Amino acid sequence: MTNRIALCLFAAIIILAPFVPGFPPFWIILLDNIGLAAIVAIGLVVLTGVGGLTSFGQAALAGFGAYSAAVLTTQYGWSPIATLPVALAVSALAALLLGFVTVRLAGHYLPLGTIAWGLALYYLFGQLELLGRHDGISSIPPLTVGSVSFHEPARLHAVIWGALLICGIATLNLLDSRVGRAIRSLRRGSTMAGAFGISASQAKLIVFVYAAVLAGLSGWLYAFFQSAVTPSPFNLNAGISYLFMAVVGGAGQVWGAIAGAFIITELRDVIQRVMPTLITDSALYEPIVFGVLLIVLLQVAPDGLWPLVQRILPEAKPRSIPTDAQPLTGRDMPVPRGSEILKVQDATKKFGGLTAVNAVNFGVKSGEIVALIGPNGAGKSTTFNLITGVLSLSSGAVSFAGQAISGIGQQRIAGLGIARTFQHVKLLPDMSVLENVALGGHLRGRKDLLSALIRTDRAEEAALFAEAARQITRVGLAEHMHKPAGSLALGQQRIVEIARALTMNPSLLLLDEPAAGLRHFEKGQLSELLSQLRSEGMSLLLVEHDMGFVMGLTDHIVVLDFGTKIAEGPPDVIRSHPAVLEAYLGGAAEPKQTSSTVAGGAEA
Amino acid sequence: MDLTILLFLVQDGITNGAIYALLGFALVLVFAVTRIIFIPQGEFVAYGALTYAMLQGGHVPGTAYLLPIFAFVALLFDLYAERSRITGTFLLRQGVEKIVVPLALLLAARELAGVSTIASLVLTVAIVSALGPHLYRIAFQPLADRSVLVLLIAAVGTHLALMGLGLVFFGAEGQKADALTDFSVDLGPLPVSGQNIAVYAATVLLIAGLYWFFERTVQGKALRATAVNRLGARLVGIRTKGTGKIALALAAGIGAVSGVLLAPMTTIYYDTGFVIGLKGFVAAIIGGLASYPLTAAAALAVGLIESFSSFFASDFKEVIVFTLLIPVLLVRSFASKHTDEED
Repeated sequence: MTNRIALCLFAAIIILAPFVPGFPPFWIILLDNIGLAAIVAIGLVVLTGVGGLTSFGQAALAGFGAYSAAVLTTQYGWSPIATLPVALAVSALAALLLGFVTVRLAGHYLPLGTIAWGLALYYLFGQLELLGRHDGISSIPPLTVGSVSFHEPARLHAVIWGALLICGIATLNLLDSRVGRAIRSLRRGSTMAGAFGISASQAKLIVFVYAAVLAGLSGWLYAFFQSAVTPSPFNLNAGISYLFMAVVGGAGQVWGAIAGAFIITELRDVIQRVMPTLITDSALYEPIVFGVLLIVLLQVAPDGLWPLVQRILPEAKPRSIPTDAQPLTGRDMPVPRGSEILKVQDATKKFGGLTAVNAVNFGVKSGEIVALIGPNGAGKSTTFNLITGVLSLSSGAVSFAGQAISGIGQQRIAGLGIARTFQHVKLLPDMSVLENVALGGHLRGRKDLLSALIRTDRAEEAALFAEAARQITRVGLAEHMHKPAGSLALGQQRIVEIARALTMNPSLLLLDEPAAGLRHFEKGQLSELLSQLRSEGMSLLLVEHDMGFVMGLTDHIVVLDFGTKIAEGPPDVIRSHPAVLEAYLGGAAEPKQTSSTVAGGAEA
Repeated sequence: MDLTILLFLVQDGITNGAIYALLGFALVLVFAVTRIIFIPQGEFVAYGALTYAMLQGGHVPGTAYLLPIFAFVALLFDLYAERSRITGTFLLRQGVEKIVVPLALLLAARELAGVSTIASLVLTVAIVSALGPHLYRIAFQPLADRSVLVLLIAAVGTHLALMGLGLVFFGAEGQKADALTDFSVDLGPLPVSGQNIAVYAATVLLIAGLYWFFERTVQGKALRATAVNRLGARLVGIRTKGTGKIALALAAGIGAVSGVLLAPMTTIYYDTGFVIGLKGFVAAIIGGLASYPLTAAAALAVGLIESFSSFFASDFKEVIVFTLLIPVLLVRSFASKHTDEED
């Protein structure tokens, strides 16, 4: 909450500043420019800093807001305030259309795509008759609401910074919510998000439209601030400059965006105002200063400047765990104990010419722990990916509680109650253990973007965090709850993944090498935890290399080698199964052959 | 529209397309080797054209002064990075590379400005391509292991700085160079100028040269190895820092040649390069930043579309060319089942 109070205080000081006698009118203009830029930059914080989607096109989106206001007031005689919803809707619609095309783009294609449409839109603004071509639209009436006019600079100044305050608080609310965690998970790739029922493409579209609405609002305010609109403030360079603000301030935080907007706007002003007294033609040097500064900053302070400020500020209090939260709804086991919950039939996966999984059959009974073992490259993790819908089957079928789940997609499979952990840990290292685990409860919450923004999601959030804390305590990591997940040892991070999967309240839990990197004592604890889950009726399928761990814990073992099932049975049978021994230890070779092979190897 | 206009538009499109193809190649090359999406490629074009035009007019171009400055900054970077291991041979190499060569080129530019077309041409390519490695050392080498996005933002910063430097060193006035030759031949109703032929010849020669470089030389193979797997290349003893510098030298050289070819055909300003470079980008992206032949075909298509849209809807020329990229990107992202990308 302190962040919000600080933001309110800060905005109040800036809003009241013009009423100080002798406050230079020129400073009001400068502060307004900072405020307008900061609104766009806050959108970029969510889009780029948090969501990992880099956009160079935010200036063009601001153009939609500005031109909506200009066209409707000057050519259709609308009252200024009536154009606000239209301006925001037009920006959102433009972002939705552009987003459908661009957020699908992988990795670096996305920023290139935004450069392309950023340029195209700028040229379009400059060519359309309706928008006054290159001359733009002038004599836009001052902003009025009813009989109140905001013509006076100090009043419009209050409107701009009031808008900034609203955007800042809405964004803080968004980042601290179920939707916000989904957006944050985007940086870790869509596989992890999908495993907890988050649709990556939907989350990307939400954050894209959110940033566009902020840009549109800034553009709308700009139109009344300048009383005129021309294409040039919405060109690619302006888009670069907004991104620059987010990077300089520290993409990822609201305060970073405000700091970035301050620094860049002020710096530009200094270059334009102060340098002419030192050197002539100083406008020439602006791009050089900015370009060089950007590169220096990337090399020296890659996370931006705000984190440096943050270091000297007192540390934020850890989130309190609500004790009186309503428990989340549970889930009934889909099949009675002892009957088959998961059935894998002739599952086959081919990558080009390589058959990674070849006609594998096995089943998991409800309330049973089944291990999938085999040498490296046997196809164990691929089988996991086939069950959870990360990969599609080349042929064969997977069914869960009698329902075919092949091809229905990762999110729906997660929705049925299949949770998993990953062989290569996929946590968000900067987020606390608690927040990481809360991500697992995504499907148990319902609150959407709107309730996050206006904060009507508190009860559900409390319940989610209470559940997350319960699972963390259960896996024995309570003392680490508030630490960044990345600061834990790798073995502990695997346990955090288990807590995250448990928060989903699954009926089938898939664990990919859960004991790797654990100490002996910790393995014992893990084994106890898994036995307890089984006794509660949960079914588990695990991939594990530690044979002591597997043999002591599991009810049934499936052995894969080169993508094919070579054996199946209870631990005692597998321990002495000839095919398994051969796969793990090589054939029972005769001494002579062995020595000749070794000699041959040495010669080669 | 009669046949003459049609042929004229086609020729114009192919000429521009050939230049976009060269730039597209440079972009594919730089991306493959360094993972940098090289936004400043267009600045090399502008530098090349303006340097050539000034040399031809008997002036010493700004880039001749810029080169020793860049080299000196790069020298400081290297001295600082190697401060604990400085040896005599290191100093000698650095001195030759970063002091002697740049100053020699500056001297040559002062002596040879306005002497002959060939001298101007050679000097232009030498000066501009020498900028490439120093630029890599200063702006990109410290970030070499960072994500594609960080490199992209650095590339945008470099673009801004180089464009600003172009304004300072060349001024806001546009320049146009004299044609390489007055030669002209009539192809039916269509006159084909020597300049057009030079563009086609240079494109074909450069493509052949790049092919030879990548297929037949150790350096070229080292570049390809780095493109496939940086870590693997390093493990077999390839200096990936070195390959980054070579890639940028080649990119700058290709940019300079494109600039020299363009300079007699259109007036080039300090900021003209950016949009030209971006059209090379459209081609490179259609080629997936990976395929040279696809990039060449796409570049020709971009050139033709641009030339026809400038006839039918000249106001919307840029809108059409850049909007074109979006369906292409869409098709690419549908076609390629992209692997999960983490930052």
